[in-house]
Amino acid sequence: MSQPRPLSPHLGVYKFMYTMSLSILHRITGVAAAFGFLALVWWLMALASGPEAYARAMTCLSTPLAKLLLVGFTFAFVFHFCNGIRHLVWDTGRGLERAQARRSAALVIVAALVLTALIVWFGCRAMAVTP
Amino acid sequence: MSLRTPLGRVLGKGSAGDGVGHWWVQRVTAVALLPLTAWFAISLLGKQLQSYDAMRGWLGQPWIAVLASLLVVTLAWHSKLGVQVVIEDYVHGKGGKTTLLLLSTFIHIAAAAAGLFAILRMALA
Repeated sequence: MSQPRPLSPHLGVYKFMYTMSLSILHRITGVAAAFGFLALVWWLMALASGPEAYARAMTCLSTPLAKLLLVGFTFAFVFHFCNGIRHLVWDTGRGLERAQARRSAALVIVAALVLTALIVWFGCRAMAVTP
Repeated sequence: MSLRTPLGRVLGKGSAGDGVGHWWVQRVTAVALLPLTAWFAISLLGKQLQSYDAMRGWLGQPWIAVLASLLVVTLAWHSKLGVQVVIEDYVHGKGGKTTLLLLSTFIHIAAAAAGLFAILRMALA
């Protein structure tokens, strides 16, 4: 193993393309969604623990910081969902041409923003909060 | 000429020694999560989230409890696989990497157990 083995070039040598930011966002939103999953379990445990615990949890969720986090989790999850479909399509060998990948990237961003806005809107109604 | 040993070729597990199991399960759970998460999000948005009775009544129904259990287990599994890859790629020290991987595994299994327990308690109450 004295001979250094060939390595692929580091990320820094590539010219930046906006599709690259979706790739890294997929990981970031995935990790954020993992924390969102923990929040979901915490909410389920509160619901299973009884009316007082659930009321406390919902009060906790109505603080500005919690609302900000919920919107963040929503965007993270929705983006990961949409871009995940893009990855699954790629796994079938389709849509890998440069123009196609750029088009699907734009589609994912628009879809993620629109769906996030819709979920936040309906979520506010379901939580009985004025949006 | 191939440099792979006959045994290595038959096992088909590649240089990392793990094969494609991780990659494949990540995809299978991803496909399962598309309908499960869409169902859960759309259902929640149509409920009165502030009402304890409404939420308990909804999650207490047998089929809802089954779907919610599948959601919790599949989410935990997919999340565990994804976080594992992120830790393996970005945490370089062997000690730190092993510690974080263990921690992530334990947290994911604990979260899945808690989520399942909560749903079962509501469904069987």
